[in-house]
Amino acid sequence: MTPDEILKGLYDETLAGNGPAVLSLTNQALEMKMEPGTLLFEALIPALEEVGARFERGDYFVPEMLIAGKAMAGSMEVLRPLLADTGVQTIGTFLMGTVKGDVHDIGKNLVNIMLEGAGFEVIDLGVQVAPEKFVAAINEHQPDIVGFSAFLTTTMPMFKANLNALEKAGIRDQVIVMVGGAPVTQEYADVVGADGYAADASATVKRAKALLAERRATVNA
Amino acid sequence: MPFPVPSPASGPVPSPAARPGRIALVACGAIARPAAQAAARHGWPIDVHPLPPLLHNHPERIAGEAEHLLDELAGRYDRFAIGYADCGTYGAIDELCERRGVRRLAGLHCYDLLAGAPQMEATFEAEPGTYVFTDFLVESFERTVVRELGLDRYPELRDDYFGHYTRVVWLAQEPTPARREAAQRAADRMGLPLQVVVTGTSRLDEAMADLLDPDDPRPPAAAS
Repeated sequence: MTPDEILKGLYDETLAGNGPAVLSLTNQALEMKMEPGTLLFEALIPALEEVGARFERGDYFVPEMLIAGKAMAGSMEVLRPLLADTGVQTIGTFLMGTVKGDVHDIGKNLVNIMLEGAGFEVIDLGVQVAPEKFVAAINEHQPDIVGFSAFLTTTMPMFKANLNALEKAGIRDQVIVMVGGAPVTQEYADVVGADGYAADASATVKRAKALLAERRATVNA
Repeated sequence: MPFPVPSPASGPVPSPAARPGRIALVACGAIARPAAQAAARHGWPIDVHPLPPLLHNHPERIAGEAEHLLDELAGRYDRFAIGYADCGTYGAIDELCERRGVRRLAGLHCYDLLAGAPQMEATFEAEPGTYVFTDFLVESFERTVVRELGLDRYPELRDDYFGHYTRVVWLAQEPTPARREAAQRAADRMGLPLQVVVTGTSRLDEAMADLLDPDDPRPPAAAS
């Protein structure tokens, strides 16, 4: 296969959610000495962007999006250390987790897929993440943005508990805080003191980019 | 078209629905059958008009679809009611009820109607990773869960959907042997242990009786 054929194959198979094929093509490409960054930026990310676009248009649904995300994740397992070695920069680091008491994570996982597709490095803490775990992870990973996800009206109050924990740890101003989930609204995000809210995965990417640009402009001013 | 019901059974009739004429209950398809059976059992003058149960996978559309059906039924009924709890609409059903002067079933979900809200709260507090079945879900598992989540096409997604759950609790209204088998099969497919809690339908009956209480001060009909 030529490099172009590899890239096209990676794009098509990611779009189709064919994990084994994506992994095989990734390994083939590396054997051919193709750059990991090329595979990421010229095949995987464009494929995930297309997945997101199809989801927005209603051509793809949750299963198709998840399966494509899994296909890309398999490739990223191989590429991630190589990308770090070659100094390829992501556009930002996004720490994500579902709040304590809440196990619902499909929405969060869709957001993760879209964020990775947009070039963010996503560190996913999983579900039922306690405030102190968010604090520890922020100290460890120094993310640009932290996202709190909640699916239940009964677990939404954990946003405030998490923000209080960040304040208490003295790290609130170091990180942009975004909140989201089915019952969450902009009004609720404002009340708890989050920096950003978005109603769906696609909007999250746009909002995250905008908040990051604002933060960097402020820091550089 | 109203949901078909079996012949009314004899027995004591609770207090509700003393108004003349028929009442249209715009109901979730997942509770349409038990609601219609309750109406028949108690002799309530209710016609159940179901909306597709798969709307539950798109709760943001429920209020709009319910209002559309209210509009369609306007003029044909003396009274209207909504056979939904909040059902993940996060207040949209309440806003519709307020605007149209109709009542809805109490609670956050149909689980509350079957087991009671305090019981469900305790269930989720004890184990947040509780996945809840009803009789409807047990019987329609292949369609409403497996196919809707794409597990027929992508079985490898099972743990993406259910990996964080720790058990299935089946709120069994009528736990027939066939349903018990189906519930166990469904739980096995999810890779989770099954716990059966027999709820019967008495709470649903009570919720419907409350819905039809003629002493309620809210306006009886506003479907126009």
